[in-house]
Amino acid sequence: MPDTNVASPALHEPWAMRDKVAFAGIGTSRFGNFPETDSYGLGCEALNAALDDAGLKPSDIDGLIVNRIPTYERFAEMMGINPQYCLLTEAPGRFSGVSLALAAQAIHSGAAKCIALVYGNNGRSVRMMYGGGDSQWSPWGMTSPGATHAMMWQRHMHQFGTTHADLGHVSKAFRDHACLNPDAVMHGKPITLEDHARARPICEPLKLLDYCLINDGAVAWIMTSAERAKDMKRPPVLLSGYARQDAFHYGSGPADDLWYPNLSATRSVYDRAGIGQEDIQGLGIYDNFSPTVLLSLEGLGFCPQGESGNFVKDGALRLGGRWPTNTSGGHLSDSYMQGWGIIAECVRQLRDDCGERQIKDVQAMQYICATNIAQSLILRRGA
Amino acid sequence: MSLATRPKPLVDNWNRPFWDACKDGHLILQRCKATGKCFFPPAPVSPFTGRPDWEWVGASGRGEIWSFVVFHQSYFPGMKDELPYPVAMVKLEEGPYLLTNLDGMTAAEAKIGQKVSVRFPGGPEGFVLPQFGPAA
Repeated sequence: MPDTNVASPALHEPWAMRDKVAFAGIGTSRFGNFPETDSYGLGCEALNAALDDAGLKPSDIDGLIVNRIPTYERFAEMMGINPQYCLLTEAPGRFSGVSLALAAQAIHSGAAKCIALVYGNNGRSVRMMYGGGDSQWSPWGMTSPGATHAMMWQRHMHQFGTTHADLGHVSKAFRDHACLNPDAVMHGKPITLEDHARARPICEPLKLLDYCLINDGAVAWIMTSAERAKDMKRPPVLLSGYARQDAFHYGSGPADDLWYPNLSATRSVYDRAGIGQEDIQGLGIYDNFSPTVLLSLEGLGFCPQGESGNFVKDGALRLGGRWPTNTSGGHLSDSYMQGWGIIAECVRQLRDDCGERQIKDVQAMQYICATNIAQSLILRRGA
Repeated sequence: MSLATRPKPLVDNWNRPFWDACKDGHLILQRCKATGKCFFPPAPVSPFTGRPDWEWVGASGRGEIWSFVVFHQSYFPGMKDELPYPVAMVKLEEGPYLLTNLDGMTAAEAKIGQKVSVRFPGGPEGFVLPQFGPAA
């Protein structure tokens, strides 16, 4: 149960969008290193998979949101889509959830009936560097999202007595999951806690196995109204609740509040969904770096602040544990699809598509993203 | 191992006085006139009121280490020789944080909560970068 130290803004009437919008199709490309194509090619591959999954044609799509694909015009031109609603969203991974919310709002308000959301990334084959370049802090050598998280985790360890070894339970659980997922980049490459502890340091206190992968790939979701989704090919998965709270007061540096207040505010997702934490069977947590998983668990009240290390050490995040998390392997071990793939995995779990890594009797999944745009959403089975 | 090959700061209309003061060996901050609170990075308005009512004030140059990291990955060609190098997040007495480096101490000696003070040992051509070391 959420602790009561931080009040979440309770709603006294149902969220107007509760269970009104659904996922009708999901598609993913291959994940790996594909210099022979690009983010357009990969995006087309994922969207075709999603259209096939939903039983739709490009002409059925009247809304389009693209992310990490250079332009929406060219992508729409390639796929032969002339929508009534279209945009390109910002590159950071927090915009997977933001894009989802924008699509839901557009469908709910009638701006579009059936929206394709397409993410494509060829960061691996173009040797994308997440760091370097000129910034406010580059004269001091401070750069990269990994360093921001390393700075925050160092503080967390000081403040609460957590350790680098605590992060090993996150990395190991997700790698174990990837070993059950034949599509994962790290399938067949198990790790031990000792491998995690002894990995090459990148930005201490974080080491290689605390960092997400960088790979090529694409993900597409097709969203429509719950009403329309009922008659479509696959069982619909409903968006039951979504909550977001931004916090930009620490400017361009690491967050001195470890995002705890804004993450805690998103506990309103339970009220919005009408689904309590105890009624959720599995989690998708944005794991660009292993610490965000622990910050997310604390922020959403799965354990009190500072106790996430103990919370995960007995296998809580593993399949078979109470909170199986990132069952595909997540960004650490499946594919760095910036939240898009993690949300797709939540949908697949709720359609019993996950084979060996299926969570038994799953009815509801929760996604959490710990960033300066903190978000959480709850998905449930539509039938 | 030289500050001379560091990336140059991005100078804009708001931070130019800060960088000019560093050249003279002074750390200055913008202070909101309405609240008396200081802020950084430099901006056209106070984040506490949203209004352009602020003034430059001299900072004490004292603070404490809030957190720190050690870079092993190379991101800047001019810093390759410094690897592995520390970056410390210093909370200044006046409130704002600076991301900076350690001078006169190693990362192994650094402790969160430790008192540090500013010094100005050098920088890329035309600039001096504030660094922090054991409190004077």
